[in-house]
Amino acid sequence: MTQKIDFDALKTISPSEIKPLQVLDENGNVIDPDFFPDLSDEKIVELFKKMLWSRVLDERSTKLNRQGRLGFFAPTAGEEASQIASEFAMEKSDFLLPAYRDVPQLVMHGLPLEKAFLWSRGHVLGNEYADDLAALPPQIIIGAQYVQAAGVALGLKKKGAKNVAYTYTGDGGTSQGDFYEGINFAGAYQAPAIFVVQNNGYAISVPRAVQTVAPTLAQKGLAAGIPGLQVDGMDALAVYLVMSEARKYSVAGNGPVLIETLTYRFGPHTLSGDDPHRYRTAEEEDEWRKKDPLVRVRTYLDKKGLWSAEQEEAVVAEVNEEINEAMKKTEQAPKQKVSEYLQNVFVETPPTLEEQIAKFAAKEEE
Amino acid sequence: MAKTTMIKAITQALEEELKRDKNVLVFGEDVGRNGGVFRATDGLQDKIGKDQVFDTPLAESGIGGLAVGLALTGFRPVPEIQFFGFVFEVMDEIAAQIARTHFRLGGTRKMPVTIRAPFGGGVHTPELHSDSLEGLMAQTPGLKVVIPSDPYDAKGLLISAIRSDDPVVFLEHMKLYRSFKQEVPDGAYTVALDKAAIKREGKDVSIITYGYMVHESLRAAEDLAKEGIEAEVVDLRTVSPLDEETILKSVKRTGKVVLVQEAQRQAGINAQVAALIAEKGILSLEAPIGRVDAPDTPYPFSDAEQIWLPNKADIIEKVKETVNF
Repeated sequence: MTQKIDFDALKTISPSEIKPLQVLDENGNVIDPDFFPDLSDEKIVELFKKMLWSRVLDERSTKLNRQGRLGFFAPTAGEEASQIASEFAMEKSDFLLPAYRDVPQLVMHGLPLEKAFLWSRGHVLGNEYADDLAALPPQIIIGAQYVQAAGVALGLKKKGAKNVAYTYTGDGGTSQGDFYEGINFAGAYQAPAIFVVQNNGYAISVPRAVQTVAPTLAQKGLAAGIPGLQVDGMDALAVYLVMSEARKYSVAGNGPVLIETLTYRFGPHTLSGDDPHRYRTAEEEDEWRKKDPLVRVRTYLDKKGLWSAEQEEAVVAEVNEEINEAMKKTEQAPKQKVSEYLQNVFVETPPTLEEQIAKFAAKEEE
Repeated sequence: MAKTTMIKAITQALEEELKRDKNVLVFGEDVGRNGGVFRATDGLQDKIGKDQVFDTPLAESGIGGLAVGLALTGFRPVPEIQFFGFVFEVMDEIAAQIARTHFRLGGTRKMPVTIRAPFGGGVHTPELHSDSLEGLMAQTPGLKVVIPSDPYDAKGLLISAIRSDDPVVFLEHMKLYRSFKQEVPDGAYTVALDKAAIKREGKDVSIITYGYMVHESLRAAEDLAKEGIEAEVVDLRTVSPLDEETILKSVKRTGKVVLVQEAQRQAGINAQVAALIAEKGILSLEAPIGRVDAPDTPYPFSDAEQIWLPNKADIIEKVKETVNF
């Protein structure tokens, strides 16, 4: 398969030439037929279903949080193109290092939904990963996943695996030292890593412009000598195109790629008390809602006669059922035990912990 | 078997493990061509190859992240932090990531990482090269913190650390690198990570210590013996988790304790050992626990380090005070 994007040229591009790449315009029309991802109609329908799944999951998670049935939740609505289409371009054997908003990708990558819910509720079972799940739990420390992704990528290269490590951070994350260390290490070792910056305009409340005077975040790749590009993060097909092309390029031994998706979260930063109207206007939110990533793909599919209101209704009902089932399993999880915690601190538990294990085991018996 | 220095014993340990297991990776700043600023990795890149022994860009957090990612892909990383005073740059990766991964993933992933670093005072370094920061590491659940005091232990403990499936912070006192030689067996052997060692037997007082202070304590014990005081010197070797059994047995034998550390007093290893004895060995005590340590300032300007660092005379004074209580 030929590359549609000349990544090598992006290593020396002038920052002023970096422009967000688009495949579909806001009315769902294809901008350039030669610049379209290798996706069958069926696959595009599947991608749209996943985006819809994520939107419903976001809505339900918000409600479940308000009911006290879920814990920590970082809303995802608005970021479906950036999140779901990027994950859609990856293989199960690629290694995912998500940030805390990237739970949908993690579930798509193979984490059972009830485990994602258990993670949200603060239960260790949510983090007990199957051996073949190539992922880490969501990273809380902004940027740490970037240096780790460089390490995973180097490991994959050393093992001769035809896979990439891929990781996500936000616009604020690019201000961390770890952001630069991560892309630079991966560049220095020419390791197969794809670094995604989901630029949703705000790091909680701090606007993108306060993070850096650099006109784009993609151009930060230039300093590390790696290709950096910007993509319309509300355009699922564009995100898919860029990610799948980057994956091909990276797997072929050409080193890492940095991708900035221009996106927007419709909701608050998290459900833990954030009020977006303290830092952004309703007018701005309305402007972005017009770019809703679901609307764009739905319009495209509609025009081709590939999607109907009935299909949508059926998918929404299915997803709701899936969430109900997962929630049931979540609520059946056994109570956590400190005595078990203590046995997970080390692989070889030292004698100094035995006394504490016995103490808590006795308490937990009561 | 040949007499060798601690630095050479460390190189031997690395070489043994690199050869034994292709998944062992040694990396860090200047560890490749240059063989490390102290030559701990001298010649290893030539002998073993660049796949297993390689330089990194100059960024400690990146080195830590590399270790995490390599461990997740099946390797056994042995990163070097050039001086342990630089650990603050990689604290997140060590304390918040490497130490917690096994726990965070409910035991489904492990971090067989050995972080080596030189540290310790008395060698006239610039700032932030000499600090004793083992207390910071010991406070972190999930880490084993190992500090050898001689070539034999260094080799055996390092081999155990590399083979351990748990993360180990392995601290090498710079003053011990080349100050003396000791018989060290050829080939691989292990020294247990959870056992302290009695480095000198004595019935009158237990001096419990680790690292370079083992030697100041042994010298103090020689002098004290001339005055009829027989001091036992316990080398902790692993400062976290502690070998409680060896400590408490020694205290029971002697009834008197002096704790010696090079680090500042506040929240150090001595404090943990003292608390242990107060909790589980107090009925053996015939005198208050004596403590020898550094004053609670940041590590001093190097021209003043000889006044600041605890030494043989401080130990002798404290032992006499304790014995004559």
